[in-house]
Amino acid sequence: MSQSYDRGLIEDFGRWQEFSAGMWAWIFHKFTGWVLIGYLFTHVAVLSTATVDGATYTQTLQGLESLLLVRFLEVGLLAVAAFHILNGVRLLFVDLGVGIESQDKAFYAALIATAAITVASIPTFLVGAF
Amino acid sequence: MAEHYSSFEPKGTRWLLQRITAAFLVVVLAYHFLLLHFVNHAADITFAGTQVRMSQVGYFSTMVLFLVTAAFHGVNGVYNALVNQGLDGTQKTVVKWSLVAAGTLLVVQGARVASAMTGLF
Repeated sequence: MSQSYDRGLIEDFGRWQEFSAGMWAWIFHKFTGWVLIGYLFTHVAVLSTATVDGATYTQTLQGLESLLLVRFLEVGLLAVAAFHILNGVRLLFVDLGVGIESQDKAFYAALIATAAITVASIPTFLVGAF
Repeated sequence: MAEHYSSFEPKGTRWLLQRITAAFLVVVLAYHFLLLHFVNHAADITFAGTQVRMSQVGYFSTMVLFLVTAAFHGVNGVYNALVNQGLDGTQKTVVKWSLVAAGTLLVVQGARVASAMTGLF
């Protein structure tokens, strides 16, 4: 039988000091989700240069990659995607009723793994940028 | 302790589709990042290389399916987030159809891009 869980109003961000791990996970998942869908529209817009011709596509992508800011934004995008993926797996398990009692630990594990993946990827993303 | 922590209506169609697309995206988004940043560096990408990848039927189909599922998961996620914020009535209807239009536009343009990347069109 389903019960409702009164988590209070997460949308009231003034309560942030009272937030539990699960509520932070909810907020981070929404935030990273907004970033990813925003990026998807931008990504398709940039790749649309392929409909002009091959040279325009190559020049546009290589021109963007020559900007150090873009390289750092890519690291940020990886961090956002990694967290959304890892916390998404956590959510799938929670929805399946698996490991609910460890959902807070799973959130901390997702944060640590995201940080490790992001830091480890920095050299790859910055290669040739300087 | 509650059995359901999801903010979606349990067992609703949108709830189910959000999870099915999530399970697919978890794998394909990770693959996409690995292939285009770690196996092939983004800075080295050229149209010729893209064309080679997109000319393979399996890769092309996966990328188009990736586009469709990501667009759905994204706009459906935005819609549900806004409903959670208390969106209701006429605003809800306007936002819903705006998101349907935006998602459709994204898929159509993405499909055009994918076709152009094969170099066949």
